[in-house]
Amino acid sequence: MVRRMSVAAPCKLKASDYKSGTKPVWCPGCGDFHVLASLTKAIAALALVPENLAVVSGIGCSSRIPAYLNCYGFHGVHGRALPLATGLKVARPDLTVICAGGDGDGFSIGGNHLLHACRRNVDITYVVMDNEIYGMTKGQPSPTTAPDWDSELAPGGTGVSPFHPLVIALASGANFVARTFAGDVKGTTRTLAEAIGHPGFSFVQILSPCVTFRPDQREWKNKVHPPPVTFTTDPAQAARRVMTDDGFNIGVLYKGSRDIYGQAVERNAEFERDLDAEFLV
Amino acid sequence: MTGQPGMSFSVALLGKGGAGVITAGDMLLAAAARCGLYGLMIRAVGPQIRGGESAALVRLSSVPVECLDDRFDVVLGIDWKQAEQLLSEIAVDADSIVVTDPAEDAVPHSIAASGAVLRQLEMKELAESVSGGRVNMVALGYVAGLAGISQEAIRHAIEKNIGRKGRQAVDVSVAAAMLGFSRSQRSAAPQTGGGQAGNRWMISGNHATGLGALRGGVRFAAAYPITPATEILEWLAPRLKDAGGTLTQAEDELASINMAIGASYGGVPSLTATSGPGLSLMIEGLGLAVCAEIPLVVVNVMRAGPSTGIPTKPEQSDFNAAIYGLHGDAPHIVVAPNSVTDCVYTTQWAVHLAEATQAPVIVLSDQFIGQAIVVADPVPAISFFTKRKVAEEIPEAFERYAITADGISPMPLPGTAGGQYTADGLEHSAAAKPSGIASDHSAQLDKRARKIADFDYGQHWADIEGAGELAILTWGSTASVVREALQRLPDKVTGRLKLITLRLLLPVRQEDMAAALDGVNRLLVIEQNHTGQLYRFLRAWYDLPADVDTVHRPGPGVFRPGEIATRIDAWCGE
Ligand SMILES: Cc1ncc(C[n+]2csc(CCOP(=O)(O)OP(=O)(O)O)c2C)c(N)n1
Ligand code: SF4
Repeated sequence: MVRRMSVAAPCKLKASDYKSGTKPVWCPGCGDFHVLASLTKAIAALALVPENLAVVSGIGCSSRIPAYLNCYGFHGVHGRALPLATGLKVARPDLTVICAGGDGDGFSIGGNHLLHACRRNVDITYVVMDNEIYGMTKGQPSPTTAPDWDSELAPGGTGVSPFHPLVIALASGANFVARTFAGDVKGTTRTLAEAIGHPGFSFVQILSPCVTFRPDQREWKNKVHPPPVTFTTDPAQAARRVMTDDGFNIGVLYKGSRDIYGQAVERNAEFERDLDAEFLV
Repeated sequence: MTGQPGMSFSVALLGKGGAGVITAGDMLLAAAARCGLYGLMIRAVGPQIRGGESAALVRLSSVPVECLDDRFDVVLGIDWKQAEQLLSEIAVDADSIVVTDPAEDAVPHSIAASGAVLRQLEMKELAESVSGGRVNMVALGYVAGLAGISQEAIRHAIEKNIGRKGRQAVDVSVAAAMLGFSRSQRSAAPQTGGGQAGNRWMISGNHATGLGALRGGVRFAAAYPITPATEILEWLAPRLKDAGGTLTQAEDELASINMAIGASYGGVPSLTATSGPGLSLMIEGLGLAVCAEIPLVVVNVMRAGPSTGIPTKPEQSDFNAAIYGLHGDAPHIVVAPNSVTDCVYTTQWAVHLAEATQAPVIVLSDQFIGQAIVVADPVPAISFFTKRKVAEEIPEAFERYAITADGISPMPLPGTAGGQYTADGLEHSAAAKPSGIASDHSAQLDKRARKIADFDYGQHWADIEGAGELAILTWGSTASVVREALQRLPDKVTGRLKLITLRLLLPVRQEDMAAALDGVNRLLVIEQNHTGQLYRFLRAWYDLPADVDTVHRPGPGVFRPGEIATRIDAWCGE
């Protein structure tokens, strides 16, 4: 089994050193540019060694992010980023694993995995760039889209209420829950660094405007505000707060201390069991 | 008694759930092994989750056996409560002995009409005469006696099976078994030939699959339960841990295959196991492993389909799904074990192939092979020398998906400085950048096809036996039945016959096949499914003799040697 721990000598890289140099496919003004900036700053602040970091994603505009980073990456299939990240972290606990994607990827096609990733509490950080839309497929409603939002696929709106991803995450056992706004690079950087540093499954919803299909989201910068109170360690209280707020509270909402999956397992480095002997009659 | 050249003795033990017929069958097999015999057992169950009728179908032999016989020498019913459904699989005739308890209902009509010899055995009464005694132990002693198994071997098998329950429990069971043993009239029953006592293994195909995976170096498994594959995962769970690996239970098969892909991307040989419905869910993940070039083993223990089908019964009907299920041009490898014990070898080989080619390998096992337990000679460990081609030193201008002569590109593992790249299911350039350019697409398609097509599969692609101008081509669990059928046919038939058992179903081996079919002018393809899936595949991809016939029928009943021998005999005479 691979256990190649690179020397974690203080890594003196600048945020820009964590960019791969590949030009993003994103539209000018897309909120995901800010997420990329915040993520590289957070990683630089934590002095993570690029080869010991892996970023795993699914499919969507936002899911393109691994290719823009200087680290190991996996751009998998739509909706399955969390299980892939889970397998990688369980097999390689020495790595820092971040999972990223959009609201369609994470809440719709991959929704079930979110519940179980929260419940399992593997030590990974999940970043969802929520633009309340399917961007890559050119503007269809997602599980966080308002019921009256008009689109070609749902003329006049879906008539279906959006769900509360943060409440779902809290109810399912996520160990760290936060919401940020992409345009607030400073706050997002700080929150991402905290989320990555927090043990267990950390969930960060980043409100990240899709300027092309949701030009109305340019207004978000005027709507977001810090929560009236600081984070809690009581999931029920955090859930109540998120369910009753205006959806624009940003900051850390909840920090937990649950047991982490895979770390209680004792590992025998030596292969001791005589497998052949157990079949002898 | 049938089965050549060795002697063979088949017993069916029936009883409602809780009666313990499966335990008795297990012990019978272990006791026979102790006496130097070989054997095989399958459990047949009705549709109830618990409490329904079940049967242990046991076959003992002086030579290794890997399939059921056509008929049963002895059928013992602890009761016949819901036996009808199971009896369709249990043929009896005038030479069979049927054992029944006078305290229970009369034997079912189909058995009574067979002309079999009826024997009364007061199993309940005998069991009750020992404090704490159970009927299944009386039954065990009785049939073991009929089979010519020694008292010492019965005692040993009981001790081994329930020894952990303490001395008292063992003594009670032995006492009950000896009562049954003393009642068996051995002289009137078929005797088994005296095999050579020696080291024997008792192993199921699913456990053999787990063993092959561990021997091959698998250290991560992702699991979602499904009949009849679950035992692979349950067997692996504690043993992987001991080996310094892990098994993670997933929320569904979409998750399990992606977990295995993630772990393998991290450098740890990985596996997941499933059956038809799970394979369908895993198809997108298999395509991802093809495109991103991630080694991966998916064991698919086939059951009768489509959809939920018949979960507890075998069929070789996922062939098309395994070969053609993936969208796009997606070269991958499909292998099939051809016996219970071959699961060890074929699974280990699958891990080797996955690691060496950086591609997904599907292992097509089936319910019969997977859940049958055999007494067999130990399966020796073999080692393969090809390992994953890992990029340890990263040169300047490194390209993850570099175009190489053999199509295999060195793969950096996370943690390797300078090797950072993004594995991608999007088409990409050699440098692992997403690309929709025609030249990148064709270069990567060619490379991925080449590494699978040009790999050296050696002699393992097929097992070839015999020689002649007639050939039979088969695969999977059907192979053992065909092998035994051939042993029953006269030399003047088999002397003209060659048997080709495919272990490598994909990629196609045109040259190897041409060599194997050299001098063959007629070919018969035998498989267990409704449409002749392998037959049609062969016709599409291989140069075959002009005269090709097919024998195929669906499950749930497994082929029996007599049935196949008749078909082969008729075909040879055409
Ligand atoms: C299995 C599958 N179904 C559908 C698609 C098409 N598809 C690609 S991206 C996407 C939605 C992306 O939306 P989101 O995850 O919110 O990301 P965004 O583009 O908004 O960042 C869909 C439906 C796909 N790639 N795979
Ligand atoms: S479509 Fe929307 S989400 Fe996608 S890149 Fe453009 S602005 Fe960003």
